Amino acid sequence: MGDVHGHRDVLAQLLREAGLVDAAARWSGADARVFLHAQLTVDESWAISAEGDGRFNPKVLLGAGVTLYAAWVTGTVLGVAFGDVIGDPSTWGLDAAFPALFLALLVPQLRDRRAVGATAVGAAIAIVLTPFTPAGVPIIAASLACLLGLGKRDETPPEEAGR
Amino acid sequence: MNATWTVVVVVSVVTIAIKGLGPMLLGGRPLPPRMSAVVALLAPALLAALVAVNTLGGDRELVVDARLPGVLAAAVAIKLKAPVLIVVIVAALVTAGVRALTG
Repeated sequence: MGDVHGHRDVLAQLLREAGLVDAAARWSGADARVFLHAQLTVDESWAISAEGDGRFNPKVLLGAGVTLYAAWVTGTVLGVAFGDVIGDPSTWGLDAAFPALFLALLVPQLRDRRAVGATAVGAAIAIVLTPFTPAGVPIIAASLACLLGLGKRDETPPEEAGR
Repeated sequence: MNATWTVVVVVSVVTIAIKGLGPMLLGGRPLPPRMSAVVALLAPALLAALVAVNTLGGDRELVVDARLPGVLAAAVAIKLKAPVLIVVIVAALVTAGVRALTG
């Protein structure tokens, strides 16, 4: 197939047949497959495919990633062609659409107290740093909140319990 | 235009390489349990930061503007089990409405 646009189902089917999607829900494909699969791992596809225990559903990741790619390319083309018609996007409240989307992705992640804690700490880090650092740094720094997971002892295998 | 496309191609290749090499080199191996616990918290931590920065972030400052009521409305929509698309539209509409009203 030559063009992804309008052929999302076909592409997904092809990728599925190519073995990109593993029934065991694990990153166990050949190197080239993993390399390609990784290209579809972006914020949204990653968040939506998270199963909450550090595992990810590759089928959801693939479907969401391909959909996003098609939507982005199409949207970019439309924006280049017709963007001036819209004028200032903030007039349409589009700048609130992004945090709303991320919030909608966040809520299903709040499966336990630890996730709620990571959410609170992550948001706090980002807000505190925003006035003092260049854009992007607050987000990256907020990822440190995931270290709360190190406190998780209940699933530690016996051989590690003594450390 | 030539320089532009050179940049596009170079950045594309580097980005694709960076994105692909990590999973390629590390993939296929199960993570140790403690690492899994850390990775599991990456999503909520990063998403929370994205919500916070996109709602309140300005140019090196915190700004309370029409985005906040939009995101709060989105939270209500999520609470009411609205689909993601509706949530996003609600946020945009409320923010646009508040902007229109407050000039």
